[in-house]
Amino acid sequence: MAKLIAQNVTVSFPLYHGESRSLKKTVFAAASGRLGQDKNHRLVVEALRDVSFSLKTGDRLGFVGSNGAGKTTLLRTMAGIYEPVAGSITIDGAITALLDPGQGMNFDLTGNENIRLRALFSGYPESEIARLQADVAEFAELDQFLDLPVRTYSSGMVVRLGFALATAIKPQILLMDEWILAGDASFMDKARHRLETMVRGAEILVLSSHSAEIIMQWCNRVIWMDRGQVRADGTPEEVLSAYLPPEQFAHAKAAADVAV
Amino acid sequence: MNLIVPDQGKAEVSRQHSATTSRPPIVIAPSRGWRDGLTLAAADIAETVRLWPLIWTLSFFDIRLRYRGSLLGPFWLTLSTAIMVAAIGFLYAKLFHQDVAAYLPFLAISLVLWNFINTITSEGATCLTQSEGMIRSMRMPHSLHAARVVMRNVLVLGHNLIVIVVVFAIFRTTPNISAFSLIPAGLLWGVDAFAVCLLLSIFGARFRDIPPIVSSIMQIAFYMTPIMWSPTMLMHRGYTIALVKLNPFFSLLEILRGPLLNMPLEPEAWATALAYSAVLLLLTAFAFIRARSRIPYWV
Repeated sequence: MAKLIAQNVTVSFPLYHGESRSLKKTVFAAASGRLGQDKNHRLVVEALRDVSFSLKTGDRLGFVGSNGAGKTTLLRTMAGIYEPVAGSITIDGAITALLDPGQGMNFDLTGNENIRLRALFSGYPESEIARLQADVAEFAELDQFLDLPVRTYSSGMVVRLGFALATAIKPQILLMDEWILAGDASFMDKARHRLETMVRGAEILVLSSHSAEIIMQWCNRVIWMDRGQVRADGTPEEVLSAYLPPEQFAHAKAAADVAV
Repeated sequence: MNLIVPDQGKAEVSRQHSATTSRPPIVIAPSRGWRDGLTLAAADIAETVRLWPLIWTLSFFDIRLRYRGSLLGPFWLTLSTAIMVAAIGFLYAKLFHQDVAAYLPFLAISLVLWNFINTITSEGATCLTQSEGMIRSMRMPHSLHAARVVMRNVLVLGHNLIVIVVVFAIFRTTPNISAFSLIPAGLLWGVDAFAVCLLLSIFGARFRDIPPIVSSIMQIAFYMTPIMWSPTMLMHRGYTIALVKLNPFFSLLEILRGPLLNMPLEPEAWATALAYSAVLLLLTAFAFIRARSRIPYWV
């Protein structure tokens, strides 16, 4: 049973490059209400404030919200990268985060070498690594390219490699940012199929996207993030009808219905 | 060995293995107090130890990548050190009125070891900022990056040892019985190298002025420490010898260099080296406990 619980999570970024607050900053802070001071009187940006939710097996959660609403920061916090300054995150299950296409890959190393590093990180024995490399090559359709440095790949190929790798190591919880949309149409179909098998196997998927269609097709729950806080939490229809202007919502719903 | 029911042991092993694959839930919350912080810092280092195959492969790839497409490959390390030792050795032996047969082995060890210290400090100070991509893409122990720098430089040191061996063979220098102390000395070097990397990486991530400061301090230390010159040259120059004896780099070099150069065990150098190491470890522990959870925000 996979589980992911966020409890009153607050994350703030220290701003070290502007120790003293100028007039412009003070005005900006008053306007956005997200600059604050921590207990040592350092200037901080409050990226997430008091975010709580809990996910269980079978949940497919989508995050919506404008740029800078804290979606990516929340994904990073859920992955355990940023440790919250208050509140807690509980992760029960193997977690993988697809946050940016590079995903900590070394672009000077070959595809196969990057796969090996990821496998070692996930604790795979030597005997499993070749199988993993074959699996990624097959899914990402990168056969001969895996022996070339990743920097020679096209951006679409990097995305395919990253996605294939992240899903090949069989995470129980998968966190994805919207860059996955960079794939071409046929790859999107494959990716969706692979994710569906994964989610059907009773796992958790968390997706952050600006595309309402994608959210409607893939998610059964949506959280609307606004200025680092949860503004709404519910089914895709409920949240998206409040989040989107009516005509865009109707358009997205129609498009999603056609795709399904 | 239970020969009557041999299968029992096997079944036990496989059950234990499946138990370890389902890990307990991870709870990430701000640490409350020092004890909590210490537990989390220790868990970070324990995780790094568990991931040693990854660290080994990362370091191996680092070296291979550096020399990918070159004819000699990593043996450029050996060759450039050999040329350096030979060129400087003959010139400075004349300059300092030293016997080449005594000076060259001394210089070979000193330069190779100093090279290790110097790259450990400079690469240590930047290792977290350079691994930004990895740090921001997945949860991994932060001490792993320091361990990677140490492992990579141990591999480099391995290539440079060839120079020392060759120089020793040419001049027939043989280490004496006190060479047994090389084992604890090597261990101390390993621990200190890891601690120095971790400490500098934390400060280097938080304050971007640290890497240039470290490199200029190391440059001064190179001339202040008996590396090119031997401390015996200062024997009759009064209190300047105190400057050498209090130098942390000197005591650390001496515990490895002395036994190799057929000198008796030096309790004084050992005491100084251990004292400095203890201070270093305390400082590192303090900094790591305080800063560990903030590292991803800094890089």
